[in-house]
Amino acid sequence: MIDYKKALSPTICNMKPSGIRKFFDIAQQLEGVISLGVGEPDFKTPWIVRQEAIKVLEKGRTSYTANAGLADLRQEISAYFKRRIGVEYDPKDEIIVTVGGSEGIDLCLRSVISAGDEVLIVEPSFVCYSPIVSLCGGVPVPIETKAEDEFRLTAQELREKITDKTKLLVLPYPNNPTGAVMRREDLEAIAEVLKDTNILVLSDEIYSELTYSGKHVSIASLDDMRERTIVINGFSKAYAMTGWRLGIAAAPREIISQMLKLHQYAIMSSPTVSQFAAITALRECDDDIVKMRDEYDMRRRYLVDAFNKLGLDCFTPQGAFYVFPCIRSTGLSSTDFCEKLVYSKKVAVVPGNAFGECGEGFIRVSYAYSLNHLREAIKRIGEFLEELKNGTVQ
Amino acid sequence: MEKLLKLLRNNARLTNAELAVMLDKSEAQIAADIEKLEKDGVITGYTAIIDETVYDPASITAMIELKVTPQSQSGYDDIARSIASYEQVDSVRLMSGAYDILVSVTGSNIREISRFVAENLAAIDAVQSTTTHFLLRSYKVNGIVTDPEDTDERGLIFP
Repeated sequence: MIDYKKALSPTICNMKPSGIRKFFDIAQQLEGVISLGVGEPDFKTPWIVRQEAIKVLEKGRTSYTANAGLADLRQEISAYFKRRIGVEYDPKDEIIVTVGGSEGIDLCLRSVISAGDEVLIVEPSFVCYSPIVSLCGGVPVPIETKAEDEFRLTAQELREKITDKTKLLVLPYPNNPTGAVMRREDLEAIAEVLKDTNILVLSDEIYSELTYSGKHVSIASLDDMRERTIVINGFSKAYAMTGWRLGIAAAPREIISQMLKLHQYAIMSSPTVSQFAAITALRECDDDIVKMRDEYDMRRRYLVDAFNKLGLDCFTPQGAFYVFPCIRSTGLSSTDFCEKLVYSKKVAVVPGNAFGECGEGFIRVSYAYSLNHLREAIKRIGEFLEELKNGTVQ
Repeated sequence: MEKLLKLLRNNARLTNAELAVMLDKSEAQIAADIEKLEKDGVITGYTAIIDETVYDPASITAMIELKVTPQSQSGYDDIARSIASYEQVDSVRLMSGAYDILVSVTGSNIREISRFVAENLAAIDAVQSTTTHFLLRSYKVNGIVTDPEDTDERGLIFP
């Protein structure tokens, strides 16, 4: 019989599965669970975008596109960046249309990292950075952000972690899971630390359109930063297009040309129907973004207030669609809290430590749900906390 | 006001405190806004959306189209108002197009509705004809999706 231990790559075999897997399995097997656990919009893709996809299918436009993506789409993306973050990228050779933001992250990390390179990763953050860095032989170096700093990266914390081997900073703002954003002045301080180094920045801005106070600022728009920044964005969160699997990577051509080689070999080109539909999204759907953002904003205010009233300290996030309340007052670990909550009240939230060790003591609560759904969940969490206090948790 | 109305449309039972938090206003301001909307006649009432097929599975709802000869003084108003005064009538609307007045009626069985159409609507002199449509199934009512098939297809947990 084949020995898979020997047949498969030890690097992959030793890779830790995502921390929420076990918890997911528990939630999955229970009946009637209401979830606050997803990382995707509850809105449907704007109808006009879906309609465009139907048209494209009717016309039979189902072949590959150019490797980097449809020229018209790259043109629109270029215009989008100029209009939204004030940075110019040449549609010809500074933009790749990727399979979700995730592929862009993968391309970037694999194009930059060699064995032994250190990659600074702001935590808590999305789960994919560290495993891919390790896969490339790099060394993930977490930079822990704190609730008292509103989970922003500070220049001092960055400076402390930089060594001769530091190759890249992963800057994921607006942040999943904390909802934190970096304001212009915060980014300027970071830029100041980086500008005379050879350190690159992977700026994961997938939630950029979901920024609730003021406009999203990209670090690429600051002096001397465009040349060292790879901007990752996409259609999933802004246009509620998760299943279309379409992202964007933009960077100076010296970087993009390397990433494009990988994309050519691994992917060929991103889904064609999705690409055509995305052109419509960029051209026609600015109003839909505003509508969805307004709706998220109301839910955000509701949840922050509700958690604080329940006695779980919750800082007011300014981006994405998550709140990140602190559950230390219950005396439970994040995992225990989430498991007890799902067993006793059938509410699924994600333990904060799934997003890095410094997420311990927190839970991630998504508000990509209707207000009525959120109210029911809050009611149940309130009962749960009461029962915890009285020692009557089922 | 637009956001306030949107929230109330979706759930009129939200408390002023909840509305205040979500709209970043004071409770007193919310109370004043709602009072103004009521006074101006923008909000004319609050109601529960009841699925009659669950509450009383035998009950039946009909939409009845009426072609009406307008009256010399009052046009359609007197007729519409007199129809609206029946308790079993849920709504009365003057419409453009192939017919004039659309009446929705709920009754405990089909015979009750037939009798109402024959005796109370068709018998009105100005009513030229009636077309009765029975409701088979509701998918969305007053902006609230009532179709249980419309479920959340997303997974429970996703990073």
